[in-house]
Amino acid sequence: MIELSDLTKRYGAKTAVEGLTFSVRPGVVTGFLGPNGAGKSTTMRMMLGLDHPTDGEVRIDGRRYAELRDPLTFIGALLEARSVHPGRTAYHHLQCLAQSNGIPTRRIDEVLDLVGLTAVARKRPKGFSLGMGQRLGIASAMLGDPRILMFDEPVNGLDPEGIHWIRNLMKRLAAEGRTVFVSSHLMSEMALTAEHLVVIGRGRLLADTSMARFIEENARTSVRVRSPEPERLREALEGAGLAPARRPDGGFEVEGGDTARVGELAAEHRVTLHELSVERASLEEAFMRLTHGTVEYQAHDGGDDELG
Amino acid sequence: MSWDETRRVLLSEWTKIRSVRSTVWTLAAALVVTVALGMLICLLVRNTFNELSPHERMTFDPTLTSFAGTSLGQLAMIAFGILVVAGEYSTGMIRASLSAVPRRGLLMFAKVAVATALALAVGMVTSFLAFVLGQALLGDHRTNLGEPNVLRAVFGGGLYMGLIALFAMGVAWMLRSPMLSFGVLIPFFFMISGILANVSATQKLGRYLPDQAGSWIMSVVNTGDRPYGPWAGLGIMVLWVAAALLGGYLVLRRRDA
Repeated sequence: MIELSDLTKRYGAKTAVEGLTFSVRPGVVTGFLGPNGAGKSTTMRMMLGLDHPTDGEVRIDGRRYAELRDPLTFIGALLEARSVHPGRTAYHHLQCLAQSNGIPTRRIDEVLDLVGLTAVARKRPKGFSLGMGQRLGIASAMLGDPRILMFDEPVNGLDPEGIHWIRNLMKRLAAEGRTVFVSSHLMSEMALTAEHLVVIGRGRLLADTSMARFIEENARTSVRVRSPEPERLREALEGAGLAPARRPDGGFEVEGGDTARVGELAAEHRVTLHELSVERASLEEAFMRLTHGTVEYQAHDGGDDELG
Repeated sequence: MSWDETRRVLLSEWTKIRSVRSTVWTLAAALVVTVALGMLICLLVRNTFNELSPHERMTFDPTLTSFAGTSLGQLAMIAFGILVVAGEYSTGMIRASLSAVPRRGLLMFAKVAVATALALAVGMVTSFLAFVLGQALLGDHRTNLGEPNVLRAVFGGGLYMGLIALFAMGVAWMLRSPMLSFGVLIPFFFMISGILANVSATQKLGRYLPDQAGSWIMSVVNTGDRPYGPWAGLGIMVLWVAAALLGGYLVLRRRDA
């Protein structure tokens, strides 16, 4: 269990994280979602006691990080930025971490085996691919067999096989009853792994909800309807209090309506329909809509000369 | 802070320091450069001794002469101190280290203790080796450990090497970047300190710089141009080291990793 209360981080006049309050519970994968620059990594560094919060605090199983005895046995983390000396072999890297937390030596071989790095245990990570580097980071996180695991953008730079592997690993860890907190800027990635979602934008909490509810609330559905008599159809729909919006193909998009109601209205007014279907917005769109306006560096369309 | 916890972190730091190549090559360079350069100078002095002025012959210090390589060899010791500390930051290892040992004072203590013990051990070997081999090359002008103050100078030479590495560690904890630390420390100890201590305008102050004061411990013949004795000189260096470590600790405690 990780609890954040009113966590705030300011760098001078710039606020990176503002008043974040939420809990990460065991047994499920909790996705930590937000556009790039939303403050995810900063939040995670504060969770590990690496960065000092300007205000508020983080509790790991009820204690501050600095109060944890042998912290690696409570919480393991894979940070986005590499945190490995490229000239120290994978084995020695894990060994020095294990020794500092009183973790038995045999556990080093276990985690190397778990991540599939046994063959390169005596090699220096400077020759490792991005994927191997991630695996070594995951081995470090798993070293103390902690009940809480935290992964910052774990699929970055991984090949499809690696991505598949890490998704399954996270699900398995959660199924074992562990707390799994994983950040990503990709909704599509989260949709495949997370059961619970925490969404932030510009350092503020935007949503803290289950994936199912997030989909229900944010992935709005609409009805797509097309008729050879568009004006009559519009009148019929507007007369029933619906707000049809013109689509480029000549049809309408009716938000908040359902196909049965639209179909019945058309029948009542004897309007011929050529199409009647449900249109479901993707999660990616839902996420984009939710975080719109909170994106730090936004690209602009068109040729307008916009500076700053 | 329990002893068990401290012992674990010391062990962890020992694993860290012995598992990177830079440890070996910086310490080996410190030893080889100091000893070899000292031997070369001793050989040159023996061959040109008769050309020295009477005053120079009177104040000739065979012990100090065999330590002539220290000025260059200490740069490798400084490199060792910088890489041990700032290497954690440049590689990002500091994040893993602080996640494992969140008590920053404990992490710093263990790292500095292990690295200093190693630097002192290598420093002592270097010092005795430089003395023995240097004296062997000085021929008739040599001295030995039984002469007054010679043992103090040789032992002090080892302490000096350890202290200079420790000073570099303190500065590296403050600056955190290896490049910045090299950029500040190497020119300072290679040139600036020597200039400040030898130009008459700044001479009085220059003698209180860490290396100028500390290296006084290696001289046996008192030329009378220092306002402090050999141990007091080393004491001045210790004060510099303490200040650097305190600064480093404050930076480590307050700043984000």
